[in-house]
Parts: sequence; C-alpha cells; structure tokens
Amino acid sequence: MAFDVSLEMTKNGVAKITLAGELDANVAGEFRDKVDEAAQKGAKRLVLLMADLEYMASAGLRSLIFAKQKMGADVDIYVIAAQDPVMDTMEMTGFHHSVIMRDEYDAEIENI
Amino acid sequence: MVERIDSYPTHEHDGYKLRTGRPLPFGASLVPGGVNFSVYSSHATACTLVLFEKGAAQPLVEIPFPDEFRIGNTFSMIVFDIDVENTEYGYRMDGPWEPEVGHRFNKDNILMDPYAKAIGGRDAWGKPPNWDDPYQHRGRLVFDDFDWENDRPLELPIEDLIIYEAHVRGFTRHESSGVKHPGTFAGLREKIPYLKELGINCIELMPVYEFDEFEHSRPNPMREGEMLMNYWGYSTVGFFAPKAGYAATGVLAMQVDEFKALVKELHRSGIEVMLDVVFNHTAEGNERGPSISYKGLDNKVYYMLTPEGYYFNFSGTGNTLNCNHPVVRGMVLDCLRYWAAEYHIDGFRFDLAAILGRDQNGAPLANPPLLEMLAHDPVLAKCKLIAEAWDAGGLYQVGSFPAYGRWAEWNGKYRDVMRRFVKGDTGLIGEVAQRLQGSPDLYALRGPTASVNFVTCHDGFTLHDLVAYNGKHNEANGEDNRDGNDDNLSWNCGWEGVTEDPGVVALRQQQMKNFAALLMVSQGVPMILMGDEVARTKGGNNNTYCHDNELNWLDWSLREANAEQFRFFKHIIAFRHAHPALRSRYHFANRDYVGSGYPDISWHGTQAWAADWSENNDHTLAFMLCGKHAKQGTAQDDYLYVAINTYWDGLPFELPGLPSGMKWHISTNTSMSAPQDIFAPGKEPVLDDQSHVIVGGRSLVILVGR
Repeated sequence: MAFDVSLEMTKNGVAKITLAGELDANVAGEFRDKVDEAAQKGAKRLVLLMADLEYMASAGLRSLIFAKQKMGADVDIYVIAAQDPVMDTMEMTGFHHSVIMRDEYDAEIENI
Repeated sequence: MVERIDSYPTHEHDGYKLRTGRPLPFGASLVPGGVNFSVYSSHATACTLVLFEKGAAQPLVEIPFPDEFRIGNTFSMIVFDIDVENTEYGYRMDGPWEPEVGHRFNKDNILMDPYAKAIGGRDAWGKPPNWDDPYQHRGRLVFDDFDWENDRPLELPIEDLIIYEAHVRGFTRHESSGVKHPGTFAGLREKIPYLKELGINCIELMPVYEFDEFEHSRPNPMREGEMLMNYWGYSTVGFFAPKAGYAATGVLAMQVDEFKALVKELHRSGIEVMLDVVFNHTAEGNERGPSISYKGLDNKVYYMLTPEGYYFNFSGTGNTLNCNHPVVRGMVLDCLRYWAAEYHIDGFRFDLAAILGRDQNGAPLANPPLLEMLAHDPVLAKCKLIAEAWDAGGLYQVGSFPAYGRWAEWNGKYRDVMRRFVKGDTGLIGEVAQRLQGSPDLYALRGPTASVNFVTCHDGFTLHDLVAYNGKHNEANGEDNRDGNDDNLSWNCGWEGVTEDPGVVALRQQQMKNFAALLMVSQGVPMILMGDEVARTKGGNNNTYCHDNELNWLDWSLREANAEQFRFFKHIIAFRHAHPALRSRYHFANRDYVGSGYPDISWHGTQAWAADWSENNDHTLAFMLCGKHAKQGTAQDDYLYVAINTYWDGLPFELPGLPSGMKWHISTNTSMSAPQDIFAPGKEPVLDDQSHVIVGGRSLVILVGR
C-alpha cells in the first residue's frame, strides 16, 4: 500500500499526523516535512496516528527520532494504535521509551 | 545565511556526482548531501569504491578514486545523493601480490572497510550465508542520531564494581528465558531486572564486534544436524560494528539502535557496560585464510609477519594484529574512542592484552606506545581499561603489565591460588593473604583496583563444574578431549560429575558459597561468570567456544532449582555493597592511622591477634577490618571479621574484642544451609558467644561488629 501522510492541527495546539501504508527510506522525507510543518505551527503535542501504518523501515524510526529532536523535550510525542510489527520494531530498538504509546486517541490527549 | 558552497560536486562518474573528500575521519561519514569515504593503504597503487544495493550480488557502480582525491596514503571522496539505508560499500585495492615481502593485493577481491560501522552479510544468527557471494562482509552506512536523552557513561568508581561476565546470545537464547527475542540485545534488555535483583553493577559482554559464527564451522560429530560454530566470537571481522546477528533487528539493519538502546537502559538501571575487545588478531587467519579486509588493504601494516612473509601466531589463531605499528595503533584508538563516545561504553577488557605490548617483530616492549596512548587518551579518560595480561605466545604479565597508572588486570594468580586453597591444598596461607588484600605483592604501586579478582570466567570450568569435576570432559568439542586447559585446579568433592549423593551435593554447595564469599570479601574488583549465581553446569566441558546449544545457553529454570545458590549470591553481593571497608582504593597500611585503636587490617587465626604464618598452619586464616578505616577513614563502616577454615573438620576461632558497646553479629556461615547460611545486611543476628565462633570444616564465617 502506498504511503500517505497528513497533518491536522487542533485548536489546542495538538499536531495530529496520520500515517498509512509503508514508511520506508523513499518516503520518510514526506513525514519529516509534516513534522517540520507542525513545529512551525507551534505544536505543543505531537500525535502520530498509526492504525493504518503497516510497515516501518529503519528510515521510519529515524524519522521518529527526528521528530523528537525537532520538537524538543517539552513536546510529548504520542504514538496511537501502532500495529504489532511497527510496535515490535520500536520495542526492539528501545524507542518505545522515548514516546508515549496509546491504543487510541482520546480527550485526555486532546486536552493539553 | 549564505548557503555553503563546499558541498557541491566537482566530478562525475557514471551518473554519480563526486567531490574530493576529507581524509579524516577514516571510514564512511555522512556529510551534507552525501557520504565521505576515506580509506588508507601504505602500499596500494590505486583504489576503487564499490557500491552495492543492499544484498545485491553485483555492484551498483564502481568508482575509481581520481588521482587528485589521493592525499598521502589516503583515498577520500564524497559521493552525493546516496541512498544511505540501502547501500553497501567496499573497496578494490590494486597493488603488488608479493607474499614473500608481505604484500597481498588482489583487485579482484572486494574488501570491507576496517572502519565499517555496520556490517551486512550475517544479519540473522546462524542463517547459512550465500557462500557464492564474493563479498561476504559488507560495509554499511549508519546514522549517529540515536536519542540518548541525558545518558552518559556512569563513571562508577572501579573499586565499587561487581562485574558480571556474560555472552549476549547465551544469556537469553534458552527457551526458559521467556523473553520475546531470545539471544539478542533486546532479550538481554528484558532481563535487566534480574541483573538488578542479583545486585551486579557492571556487565562485561563477551565480544560483540561483528564476527562470523560460521568461521571454521563444522558438523557436530556428537549431535546430528547441529553445527559447531565460532560461538564465543573471539575472532573479529569488523572492530567498529556491533554484531548484527545479536540484534533482533539485525535483519532490519538496526543493530546499532538496538545495542545503544541496551546500553542506555542498563545505564538507567545503574549498570555499566564493559566490552571484551579482541585486538590481538582478526578473522582472516593465516596465509590460507580469507581476505576480508586488512589483508587486502595493507597486509604488511596490519599483521606481524615473519621475514619470509608468513604470519606470526602469538594469538594461537593464525595471525597477530600488528598493534604497535603507528597506523594500527591509530585504528585501535579510533575504534575505542568511537565505542566510548558513540555507544557510551564504560570500559574495555582486552583479550590476550600482552600482545598489545609486543613490537612489530613480536618482542615485548618496555614502554608499549599503544598501551601508553590508551592510558592517556582524553576520550577514554574515564573508561576502565582491563588487560588479560597474557597471550598464547608465552608472555605472562600478571603484576607487570605496563599500566601507566590506569590499567587493571585479570588477576590469574587470584584465580589459581583461591582454587587450590578452597580445595584444601596446603602451604598457601601467605599468598592467600596477599590475594585477599588486593595483591599488594603484585600491585604495590597501583593499588587493589588493579586487581580484577575472579575464580571462573568464560574460559574454563563454571563454578559448579569446578567443584564437580577433577578433569575436563571436552568430548563434545570433537577433538577427543585434547583441547582445553588440563590444569583446572578443581576438586569434584568425591564423585566425578553428576551425583545424587547428599553428602557430595552438600559439600559442593558449600564450596561454591566459599568461593563466592571469598570473592566478595577480597579487596580489588570481583568478577563473576554468567550463571554461576545459579550453579550453571557445562557438564565438565572447560572450552565450550564452539557450542551453540545448552552447553552455553543459560537455563533459567536453575533460578528456582538452585534457589539457595542464587539467594546466597544475592546476599553476599549486597554485603559487599553495604561495606565500604571491602572496597578500598588504596592498599592497607597495616596500622591505625585514624586513632581507633585498631589497625586497618589485622590478622588472626584460631587464636585472636595470632595469625599463624608458619608452615605448620595449612588451613586457617582470619582477618578483621576496622570500620573506622573504611575508605581511608572517610567512610563509616562496621567492623568486619572473616574466618576461613579449609580443614575437613570444624575448628573454634577465638574472636578479637570489639570497642566497648559493640557486638559481633553473624552475617555468613557457609557450613549452614539456607536461610542460616547468610543474612541480609542489617538483619544479622547477634552471636551468642562473643568470644569464640566455630568455623565448620571447609567453610567460612563472616561477622559484623556494630
């Protein structure tokens, strides 16, 4: 499935990035562009909706690291509904400690 | 801001845009817009960069270094617009094929970069490689973008360490480990709570540099369908790359991230990471071995060669790295700096380190420049440096390794004398006293921290087998029991190997406790072997380098089966942590320098204040540490008294008196069964008789005065 990424800013300053398909080296730049955009718009919280993300190559993980460092330590990153293979990659490389993993996006995340 | 103009291509080859590179740093480095490749050879006449798409049999492109990209003996070039994650690279080196003078250039070979930071080709442990591939070990490119947060090396004082020597795969490969990814860095990470419970604060990993488990692999003659492999990994392919097959994510080429995640989490748990590094030889073997990298790049520089161009073999494995050649020295330094800075490694243990002190013809140097350089390097300044101070060429430097105030040693003499003493050999009291004090006879000027004390390590028997076998049983290695050390200084307690005899089993348990207790009350830095805390056995095999099976895999069910052993280890480790008097940085002065009325250490026997150093006394020794002298009087501790009886029957020991108001409490008595064998620090009961203690046959008693 082709990669797709979109950004939505909520009125509370939550940047919601929806990822779908396969995140690999060829498309990682598109994801990073969205992170850049969210940072420019002053995002206070970054939420990555991954329910439809089927696969994440090393480049995908690198993009998450990029997001963390781009947004700074004050901006929490939420990873929502990551599928098992994606979750597994994040766990094996220890990255799950650097983000907050949740099954679903809810009011608690919405309200900063 | 003016855009930089130094990152624009000036050359082109086959559609690839190029620019002259920077000679330093060596290796492949990511730079704006591309990758800087730099490699050196003192004798090559030309060099070609070979790029592959990941895993492809045929190169994507071959780019000869233009003459103007060569400075001195270095070839460097920036290649733009490389797909970093999907590219593998190597080099062809042109030059003379003249083995008799040391040159082995062959431009038909594709060679791995010695500075490759990740290596493809053995991505999943044990997966048979494609032997038809002419390029077996492939350099890969890595990012340095790991999210370390605020981590850095822990810099624990070396005298406070308790080292746990472990094998990454062996630690969790057994199905009983219950981890999600057995045998990997991720698996080890899952077991950190176990290490914390045990109480160790430093894990020393057997080699994690990329090696080839298929080197010298052969069918196991004893077990059909199984291979004997290069399991331990003491044979380096690439010094800068973590072993991909140790990473659950190796198939995704994310071994760098996975290993860093392990280091970061160990640090969060207060556990340092030490690497066992093998700079004495490489996986290229002798003149019959493969040409992976160094041989084809600059054979005469990287290896110690005889005048006829053959390989010196001080390592016992075919070749010897030419460590004191200035160029090789530079590589070793670059490598260790890289691991210290990029991976936050806390220390290094150097395999067969005596080789690092030999000159280019193999003669021992009085002032080896490599060792001096490592000792004084600013990046390595806080790293622990530990030498295995001997080699396979007969150079034995325990006590005399060139230390420059920095180097510690695996104290082989500690191991040997403690093994003999505990099994009941006589005439050792004097030497045992030296070893208990951190070997001032060996390390007078260096202090007890120069002494890494151990009874067992990966080489030789496990602790259980040390008390269960008189001789080695290495038949499974397929060499008719000829391999491995014959001089194990072991005693089977009355029966060779497995037995149900309750007397023998109990004595073995007691002897294991004796060893553990001696280690933890000795000055210096104690090291224990993975699994000894649960009485792991290798069935009497003392050289299991080649087994990828239960002989090397830790069986986690032993945690329950041998719960008494684990409990004892846990408490005796806690005891050491609780008592700074056991962890001195400096040798004892043998006098009172704080006005406590007691010397820092005093020696006793069956009579207080009267240690018997004569030849008539073979079996008893006791000592007391004055708590007021802990850490040279800067820390407050209890008074500690340790009595050892290696005689077969129990003996009464008269106790030295304590300052008024204090009482002796019993911490440890190895002749008892759990839970009377050892008490948690702070929970020790008062001793009924404050003037004497009976120390059972072949046992040890520790008292705490408070």
